Parts: sequence; structure tokens; C-alpha cells
Amino acid sequence: MGILNWIAGNEQIIYIVILMIFVGIEVIGRVPSVLHTPLMSGANAIHGVVIIGAIIVMGKAESDNYLALILGFLAVILGTLNVVGGFVVTDRMLEMFKSKKKK
Amino acid sequence: MEISLLTLLYIIASVTFIIGLKMLSHPESARKGNLVAATGMTLAILGTIFLYRDDAGNHLHNYAWIFGGIAIGGVIGTLAAKKVKMTAMPEMVSLFNGMGGACAALISLVEFGHLSKIAGGFTMYPPLSGVENNFVQNVPTGELLIILLGLIIGSISFAGSMIAWGKLNGRIKDFSFNGQHIFNIVLLLVIVGLAAYVIGWFPESRNILFYAVFALALLYGVFFVLPIGGADMPVVISLLNSFTGVAAACGGFLYSNKVMLTGGILVGAAGTLLTILMCKAMNRSLANVLIGSFGGGAKTSAG
Repeated sequence: MGILNWIAGNEQIIYIVILMIFVGIEVIGRVPSVLHTPLMSGANAIHGVVIIGAIIVMGKAESDNYLALILGFLAVILGTLNVVGGFVVTDRMLEMFKSKKKK
Repeated sequence: MEISLLTLLYIIASVTFIIGLKMLSHPESARKGNLVAATGMTLAILGTIFLYRDDAGNHLHNYAWIFGGIAIGGVIGTLAAKKVKMTAMPEMVSLFNGMGGACAALISLVEFGHLSKIAGGFTMYPPLSGVENNFVQNVPTGELLIILLGLIIGSISFAGSMIAWGKLNGRIKDFSFNGQHIFNIVLLLVIVGLAAYVIGWFPESRNILFYAVFALALLYGVFFVLPIGGADMPVVISLLNSFTGVAAACGGFLYSNKVMLTGGILVGAAGTLLTILMCKAMNRSLANVLIGSFGGGAKTSAG
């Protein structure tokens, strides 16, 4: 019964998950194999959204809870590394592609 | 008003992620697609910092810490990504992927601390069975499940990515021992069992058990990637990439944050398919890559 209640309580989120799985599969369905690595890198940058969770953790931490502050701070740094590094690396990879194609 | 604006920003960000991925899978539009997704991400981050309110309607605080963290991460990330040699790109992706996984695991660590502290208040007087029943209902099982899931997947992804990174730049050699696959399966079962025990029974020793799950998940990540041949690393990184996506989605569940959810699940699904496509491009199956690591299975190199 617990499971049924849980499903009913999170209906919206469950729909999002199901639909997003299909969107994710559909969207990259026909990628040419030269783009595999840049696409992986781009997807890597996108899952950097996890930084939003880190910001929320950090922003909610009580100012006397040092453990939460330090862990949250670390999480923000790591999340930013993921986002910024991910997008910049992807851009550099694709830049290389472009110059190769044009010559 | 502010919350509505934040909702709008999150919707825009989710759409840019989808469009960005779509554009990334076509050669002509790939670079623009990356920019589109980056713009959406920036909007979502700025919106969260300035507009987010928790359930009680409070703004976030500790701005100095938040901006400090973003500044440090931003500078190091940009420098590292700009300076790295073209040939070292895949290991950089692996490194950044690991950072994301670690971020998800840290979120779970902090949130478990909160949960354990709040729920711990009820355990002061254990003897009465009636009270105990009450107490069990007070433990938010769903949240606990999501927190542990995020912790396990994030830790595996972090440890695995670090090993993959070390292998690609030659610091870590292939390593396997007899019966490693059985060892891995047993390890995974122990992790799942411990997690189920913490979720279902919420025992007194939950804090220690939680850290044990954390440590074992890290160990599993290491042993999961260690035996896999160096030439198969891109496939493994892609797989770990989709793991981190799922870990990020766990954060979305936890905070009912739709943009984390859409972004995470999107990468989880796309990453899994991409992993399969990469295997196909090498004329191998995923099982072959993951299990066929003993007999020098890495003879067919990536195209």
C-alpha cells in the first residue's frame, strides 16, 4: 500500500521521468559515430545541473552547522567544475571538428 | 512572482537541454547546441541563487560561500579545460564526470545528516511499542530511498571516473584477480542489502551503516572499472556519465526540482543509448566490454 500511495503522491514526477527517458533516447537516436565523444562530453556538462542541488544545500545550511557548510561548499565547487569544465571541453572538441571540416 | 519566474527559468532551461542535445547530435549544429545548453544552465543557476525559496518561504543564505565556491570551481574548470591537450580530452571528460558524481554524493551526505537528526528526536524513548509504530511512520521512506540511491550511484560514478581518468593518462594499470566478477556482485549485493536495512528499519546504528554504504560504493566503483581494458575506457566513461545523470535526477526527486530531474533523466537515458551505440561502433556488446576483460578483450580498438 505504501508504494501505491507513494506513486499517487509523486504522479507528476513519475510522468516526467517516463517521458524524459523516451525524449533522451529519441533525441540522440541517429548520431553519427564521429560525434560520439563530443555528445558524451555535452551530456556530461548537462548533468552538471546537480549543482542546483548543491546550491540549495549550501544556501539552507545553518551557519553553525560546519559539517553541512563544508560539504555543501565542496559540492558547489565540484558541481561548478562539472558544468564549466564540461561545456568548455565540449566547445574545444567541436572547434577542432569545424576546422577539420573547412579545409 | 519570484517563484513563478524561477519556474519559467527552469522550464526554459529544460527545453534548452533537450534542444542542445538534439543539436549536438548533428555535425553542423553541434557547437551551437553546446552553447544553447550552456545558456540554459546559466539561467537555471542564477535563478536558483537569487529566486529560490524553501518550503517555509525563506531565501537562501550563505551567499559568500556559494559565490566563493562557484568562483573557485569556475576558474579551475575553465583553466583545466582550456589548457588540456587535445589528445587528453576524454580523460578530462572523465574527471569532470567524477566531479558531478561526487557532488551528488555530497548532497546525499548532507541531507541524510538532516533527516537522521530530525527523525532521531523520536527515538528518545524506544520501549513503548505504540510509540515505535508511530515513529516508523514518521520516517520518510521515499526520501530516504532517494538519498541512498543518490549516494550509491554518485559514489560509484565518482570512484569509477577517477579510475578511468587514471587509466587514460597511464597512471593506473589494468588490474584483475580471479573471481573478481563474483566479488563485485557480492559487493553490490552487500551495498543494496545495507541500504535496504537502513531504509526499511532505520536502525539506531544508521549513521555508521550509512557511511559504510558510502565507503563500499566507492570501493565498488574502483573494482568495477579496474579490470576493464584501456581501449574500452570511452564506453565506460559514457556509462558512468549516464550514472551521474541518474544521481543528479535523485537530487531532483529530493527537492522536487524539475530542472534537475529533466536534465538528469535526459542524460541518464541519452547516455545509456550512447553507450550502446559506442559499443556497436566497435562491433562489440556492452556485456562483452564489461565482462570480457580477462582475455585481453581490448584488441578491437575504438574507431
